[in-house]
Amino acid sequence: MIHSISAAKSSVARFANASMLRASGANFVRRPYSIISVHRDTTEDNQNLPFEFDKTNLARAKEVIAKYPAQYKKGAVMPLLDLGQRQLGFTSISVMNYVAKLLDMPPMRVYEVATFYTMYNRAPMGKYNIQVCTTTPCQLCGSDDIMEAVKSTLGIKPGQTTDDKIFTFQEVECLGACVNAPMLAVNDDYHEDLTADNTKKLLEDLKAGKEVKPGPYSGRESCEPYSGRKVLLGKEPTDIGKFIQPGL
Amino acid sequence: MLRGVKQVSKARRSLATLADGAANPNRVHGGLKDQDRIFQNVYGNYGHDLKSAQKMGDWFKTKEIMLKGDKWIIDEMKKSGLRGRGGAGFPSGLKWSFMNPPGWEKNPGPRYLVVNADEGEPGTCKDREIIRKDPHKLVEGCLLAGRGMNATAAYIYIRGEFYNETVILQNAINEAYKAGFLGKNACGTGYDFDIFIHRGMGAYICGEETALIESIEGKAGKPRLKPPFPAGVGLFGRPTTVANVETVAVAPTILRRGGDWFAGFGRKGNAGTKLFCISGHVNEPCTVEEEMSIPLKELLEKHCGGVKGGWDNLLGVIPGGCSVPIMPKPVCDNILMDYDALRDTGSGLGTAAVIVLNKQTDVIRAIQRFSAFYKHESCGQCTPCREGTTWLQRMMDRFVTGQAKEEEIDMIFELTKEVEGHTICALGDAAAWPIQGLIKSFKPTMLERIQQFQEKEKLGYGGWVEGGKVRNGEVVDNPVPHSH
Repeated sequence: MIHSISAAKSSVARFANASMLRASGANFVRRPYSIISVHRDTTEDNQNLPFEFDKTNLARAKEVIAKYPAQYKKGAVMPLLDLGQRQLGFTSISVMNYVAKLLDMPPMRVYEVATFYTMYNRAPMGKYNIQVCTTTPCQLCGSDDIMEAVKSTLGIKPGQTTDDKIFTFQEVECLGACVNAPMLAVNDDYHEDLTADNTKKLLEDLKAGKEVKPGPYSGRESCEPYSGRKVLLGKEPTDIGKFIQPGL
Repeated sequence: MLRGVKQVSKARRSLATLADGAANPNRVHGGLKDQDRIFQNVYGNYGHDLKSAQKMGDWFKTKEIMLKGDKWIIDEMKKSGLRGRGGAGFPSGLKWSFMNPPGWEKNPGPRYLVVNADEGEPGTCKDREIIRKDPHKLVEGCLLAGRGMNATAAYIYIRGEFYNETVILQNAINEAYKAGFLGKNACGTGYDFDIFIHRGMGAYICGEETALIESIEGKAGKPRLKPPFPAGVGLFGRPTTVANVETVAVAPTILRRGGDWFAGFGRKGNAGTKLFCISGHVNEPCTVEEEMSIPLKELLEKHCGGVKGGWDNLLGVIPGGCSVPIMPKPVCDNILMDYDALRDTGSGLGTAAVIVLNKQTDVIRAIQRFSAFYKHESCGQCTPCREGTTWLQRMMDRFVTGQAKEEEIDMIFELTKEVEGHTICALGDAAAWPIQGLIKSFKPTMLERIQQFQEKEKLGYGGWVEGGKVRNGEVVDNPVPHSH
């Protein structure tokens, strides 16, 4: 979350006295919203824990590495860290070290990448990562209510994980679905056109292990007006082949 | 998205431009017909697989276009008057031609087209619709644009949150490979071309072209100094051009129907059709393709069911994503949605992400949220931006509650001027402009709130009340406005 060194330092200072830095061991589930750019050994995340890609992921990793020129295979560091995160559940120091070894990179270069990008979660996550967008377009459409609904339903603040490790709650910047605001993302799926009520229902369904359907909750298909399409009403698309310029 | 927003910053102009009404015939733009829409599947009702795409005319005569050669493609793009859709509005044909300077053949090796699908600008959601519903337009666009600039491969940098969209796009690419449209001897023309996807991991700054290149190279996304420009030394040290998804995806249709067809839309210098995403306080927010230079009022009333509470309830509009200044209602009444008209009023078309605010909005809070956004997204490389965005957010936090002195409005304005233009990329500028726009258009609102607060508390500079102090590193006995 915090990219700048000075900002990172200041948040270290801010939380220096807080319980989070004293806390170590398995009960390290709480963390502040602003993830600090330092690593602290915990029982779940330390250099002695082994990590390796499983067989399928190793095959995937080879495919990914092949996308980049041979002398620039470190380009694959971002997809491989993501792969590691998907396998383990979060980007631990062992994942970073393993990726560094795999790509012949100095581990520091991998740490730089893992701390820069906000989608690398460097602490254990809940099963569902609830990311509520609160940037202005969503805010105008009522993301405050959504935040409130998530807070009250889960009983946690942004940046925290529930005790049963089912939900992690994050407040995130624009997710790029502004026409369908307000919205939140559950892991990789977008849930759009929300209200406080159906946000609560969504969370309860997730907790009960029911299947939830991503997409807009307002009844529309995607980005058309609520009352239905106003243009492109034809049953068949126009074949542009009929309008080809002369000379082709 | 961030790329080159600098160009829209000039609010004043000294010479007559094409935007002058007198220089143009009185044609009212808008009312695009379905047959002229490039993104026919924007609402997803025609399917996005190869077969459905071919029904719409995608991949039709691609071989013939490729065989016309790079010069023909670039000339056609120049003729169309297409300007980059990522925010800067740089003429695309010209930009692509930078890849082929005289003697470019003497520099053998790979050359890259990089497609910027790191759509992160608040308000913008057009690229997502293209990728998940018209992926073949993008894939074909990569091939044709790549042919035009003699590139050997394309990297599509898609933001990490768009996971499902990435899956759709990868499937489209796989289909194209299978059909022989990509890879060795693409479309049977003897030209070799590959497309790779690289997923970002949640960094707005990677929408800046050099940061994006750094990111594909496996580094933190921190913008590079220019020159050298990417067309000389870009991705992996090779000639590279970075283009927005929409720019690339419209290219095949332009080449097929001819540059003149595309140039027939919009005012001169602002040619073509454009995807507008309208969000915020409208009755029916939607994404719609319309002709450039459509009047804003018509766009909102025809496609979006009007402003919530009626047109007179409009407070202002942010016409191009969060990086452009807000326009107050009197400007919105008659403004045309194109690059030149919006630049002349001191705003910008940006990505054509129209954010509508009605009179029930707390406009200071809306802009404060942008400041929080920029603080979060500053990469931390340049001091004015790293420190400046933090300061701006903290001051804006106080302006939201009115916990400030009147003089501090001038101070924050000065501060934005210290950030603007003093950074490597345009994020510093983009952080400064919304606040400048707020002060320009809504200073009375800010003053009113300050006066309300001062009726309750006597304030010094920095939001300190009498008796406020710091104890054990915490502010005590003093209200602290929370960020957001």
